[in-house]
Amino acid sequence: MSSEALIILIYILVLASFLGFELIAKVPPTLHTPLMSGSNAISGITIVGALLACNEMGYTTISKWMGMVALVLATINVVGGYTVTDRMLKMFKKR
Amino acid sequence: MSIAIELAYLIASILFVLGMKMMNKTKSARQGNRLSALGMFIAILATMLQIDAISLVEILACIVLGSAIGLYYANKVEMTKMPEMVAIFNGFGGLASFSVALSDYFLRTEVNMQSIELVTVISIIVSVFIGGLTFTGSLIAYLKLNGNISGSPITFKGQHAINLVLFLGFLTAAVFTVVDQTDPMLIIILIVIALILGVLTVIPIGGADMPVVISLLNSYSGMAACATGFILNNNVLIVAGSLVGASGIILTQIMCKAMNRSLINVLLGGFGQTVN
Repeated sequence: MSSEALIILIYILVLASFLGFELIAKVPPTLHTPLMSGSNAISGITIVGALLACNEMGYTTISKWMGMVALVLATINVVGGYTVTDRMLKMFKKR
Repeated sequence: MSIAIELAYLIASILFVLGMKMMNKTKSARQGNRLSALGMFIAILATMLQIDAISLVEILACIVLGSAIGLYYANKVEMTKMPEMVAIFNGFGGLASFSVALSDYFLRTEVNMQSIELVTVISIIVSVFIGGLTFTGSLIAYLKLNGNISGSPITFKGQHAINLVLFLGFLTAAVFTVVDQTDPMLIIILIVIALILGVLTVIPIGGADMPVVISLLNSYSGMAACATGFILNNNVLIVAGSLVGASGIILTQIMCKAMNRSLINVLLGGFGQTVN
């Protein structure tokens, strides 16, 4: 990785972090748990990394197996996370 | 990487930001969650096209298996058990980042026999540390809320000293890993310490404080995803990871305030509880 590429990645990291700080400044207490659950589902973005890690032929390397384990776990996090959040929020509307 | 895939990642990032913003208000929250799910779907689809996943049957199998498990438990769980569910899903997310980092490490050192750049080695170590800690920490949080282990704080003498020694041990092993990347023994030491630290940092915290802990661990799993983004040089992982990492910290603070607890007090549970 060139130092220019690294600097761009750090820019992205810093700016996205500031955005994250600002995004949820005034959230009402009832939404704490759904927001936590929803952002947990977003952290399942590591599924993209898992997909890339699986991209290898054959089943002979530790690397491939770790990638597949990661993919199953990340999929559980993403699918389960969004479903659970949706269920919580559905309950809200009825009240 | 083609420009179309980069654009798809950009759209996904925008949807995550919008979705999170909409989840601040009760009215738009459900829509926001769906928007963020759409972003995730786009990111996954773009990645699958990039690696031509259709030809890799095992990838589809892993996704089907993961989706089935996720859907089953997400639909089965009772509403009162939601925090536990979030904890365990979060733990899986942390373990996934941890596994991606290790997969990449073994790919480079054992398959490709190449040396790893400094930034990448450090990112792998960070991802293993935060991911591993998030996994075991979330597992303990789950077991405490579920009543499998006592919800009351488990403390013993010299707890903080042991944590400090373990952390310093981790740092030492990390430095050696940077120097000699190919020694698998060092990686195993890093893994073991990260997993133990997750257990040790959560067991002294009382059951009532668990929601705060889960929120903090959620923030950690975002940071782990972010570190994984640095390993793979992937923008969407860094954006989504740092969004979750930063907002998770703020949310943790807000939750602490709502419960009239200070974050430091919760984290150093042992101290906080004995004072009470």
